[in-house]
Amino acid sequence: MKKVIVLLLSILLALSVTAGLAEGTVNVFNWEDYINEDVIRLFEEETGIRVEYMNFTLNEDMMVQVRTSPGKFDVVFPSDYAIERMIAEGLLQPIDFEKVPNAAQILDWLQNPDYDPGHEYSVPYMWGTVGILYDTTKVDEPITSWGALFDEKYKDQVFMLDSPRDTLGIALKYLGYSVNSKNPVEIKEAADLLIEQKQKGIVKAYQVDETKDKMVAGEAALALVWSGDAQYAINLNPNLAYVVPQEGSNVWVDGMVIPSTAPNVENAHKFIDFLSRPDIAQMNVEYIEYSTPNVGAIELMGESYEGNPNLNPAQDVIDNCEFFHDNHDVKVLYDTFWGMVKNAK
Amino acid sequence: MNNMALPPWASWVMLVGFMGFIGMVAVSIRRNRGVKRSLFAFPYGLWIVLFTLIPLLLIAYYAFTNKTGGFTLDNFKTFWDSNYEMRKQMLDLGVNPQDLGIARGNVNLDTLLYSLWMAFLCTLICLVMGYPAALFMADRSFKLGATLVVLFIIPMWMNFLLRTIAWMSLLEDNGLINTLLAAMGLPKMRLMYNSQAVLLGMVYNYLPFMVFPIYNSLSKQDRRLSEAAMDLGANSALTFLRVTMPLSLPGVVSGITMVFMPSVTTFFIPRVLGGGNTEMFGDLIERTFLSADNWNVGSALSLIMMVLILISLTLLRKADPEGEGSGTL
Repeated sequence: MKKVIVLLLSILLALSVTAGLAEGTVNVFNWEDYINEDVIRLFEEETGIRVEYMNFTLNEDMMVQVRTSPGKFDVVFPSDYAIERMIAEGLLQPIDFEKVPNAAQILDWLQNPDYDPGHEYSVPYMWGTVGILYDTTKVDEPITSWGALFDEKYKDQVFMLDSPRDTLGIALKYLGYSVNSKNPVEIKEAADLLIEQKQKGIVKAYQVDETKDKMVAGEAALALVWSGDAQYAINLNPNLAYVVPQEGSNVWVDGMVIPSTAPNVENAHKFIDFLSRPDIAQMNVEYIEYSTPNVGAIELMGESYEGNPNLNPAQDVIDNCEFFHDNHDVKVLYDTFWGMVKNAK
Repeated sequence: MNNMALPPWASWVMLVGFMGFIGMVAVSIRRNRGVKRSLFAFPYGLWIVLFTLIPLLLIAYYAFTNKTGGFTLDNFKTFWDSNYEMRKQMLDLGVNPQDLGIARGNVNLDTLLYSLWMAFLCTLICLVMGYPAALFMADRSFKLGATLVVLFIIPMWMNFLLRTIAWMSLLEDNGLINTLLAAMGLPKMRLMYNSQAVLLGMVYNYLPFMVFPIYNSLSKQDRRLSEAAMDLGANSALTFLRVTMPLSLPGVVSGITMVFMPSVTTFFIPRVLGGGNTEMFGDLIERTFLSADNWNVGSALSLIMMVLILISLTLLRKADPEGEGSGTL
């Protein structure tokens, strides 16, 4: 008798699980704290589709999950180079743009991004730049070049990003190379520049999340930051300013994609279309405070967004920037040189 | 990078481990015709098998394999020569690393030595500060001893990450201490973003682990022994040196173990209080796993760390064979 009950219970359990996977669900895999929670609620109310929301903190972790758990995710939010890699690995399926009409309202320069040639697999979600956040009370010259970060005048006054790709990337850019350089000679030159910067005592700390609050508190004169963090800091301390140096920089995009193994393809399209709707995109921009690719949302926000050069940089600034591309064949070079920088004395 | 996930057989190993375990329980119940008392240890045993033994096996597997799963010792060579993998990759790209002046790299080894040195300093400071404190608290004529013990314990109720971050707001250039100094007209001091701040954070976090084992072994001591020493003419210094201190050694050994082990594996503190300017071995392992996405080398580094800890534990056990001072917290 007991066995029968156990069997029945387990069948019931199995049924309830499959019922959840059938129509009415969309499994979303997004960055930590990267959506306005109200948007999820609104989507559920309007469509009746239940959102299973999951978080990741690193592109690399996310890709491992998508590879090893086929059928677990319907919509994923990788960055540019991760999209490129996932396309190359066949992890994504083309998006049916007829089902996402709102995705048409994307900024021109993002219509055909080089990480997704032909714009088949991804819809941009948020974007931003890498630049210098500086304290105008501690800097008495206009900051226009990456050179400021390497200037001995700012000894013990510079925060760098504790991230090999970004920090080596801007050093490469300062030296006149591409942020995607695969040339060992160039990468070594960039690393040597960063080691020299550290040995001269210019760098105060290598950090990521701490920088924005420390800049607000006036702990340093200059910091290498992402534009979103810069905006957050400027909102709290009007003495701060942000610039994308003239040598150019990295511009990044986080897109929305559908894995090839997605179980709820229809709902995935509905979700992407919903997030691309101008009023919804606006809700997310105002919550996350990164730049939006959504023309409709920009129009809705008007001057408050368009007049902000940090969120809405001039086109020539953007054109001067590069996307990161997949660099797995030279990743060990970046990581090893980065280890030397971090441990230089 | 492609295979940077659990190997496909990992879940089978877990399943087999689990089933085997259940089987053992079943056999044991059958043999003993009922539940014996030792069976109460089975939930914990199962926990150990699933979450300690099998993960250890996986770490060993990754440490001795390359990215395609074949046997290799390269990960250990990378520990010895941090540029090893990079040089191989450069040759694949058609660049001779010698032309770039890339020779043997010391980053991993230096980081390990730095961690051992920091752990040694931390343990020493904790011992020098902790022993008198324990002696003081264990003194029966001192009425507030028990209160002090509680005061020592209370901060430990808070997560160590939070406590460390709290130090940051004290030590920053515009932090509490420097603001006070400035208000008094004194020059500001560089208190953070250096090794000394890291050491301070470590001592702060690990000091209770030194104090309590010593306190326990001191307060358990039979007072009549030191009274007898005094009766026989020893002065208080001699009594301490010949009676009290030797009897407290097991506690000292236990304290050293409990401070040294977490000190060597410290991570996060160097990042928060040291400004990420020098990595400790724990940071190196974390960066290798996460940012460098290299589970193989990361596992080799972890394995080396574990072997080192095992060796130091064995040495310490020799000094305290009865394990008298342990299990005090």
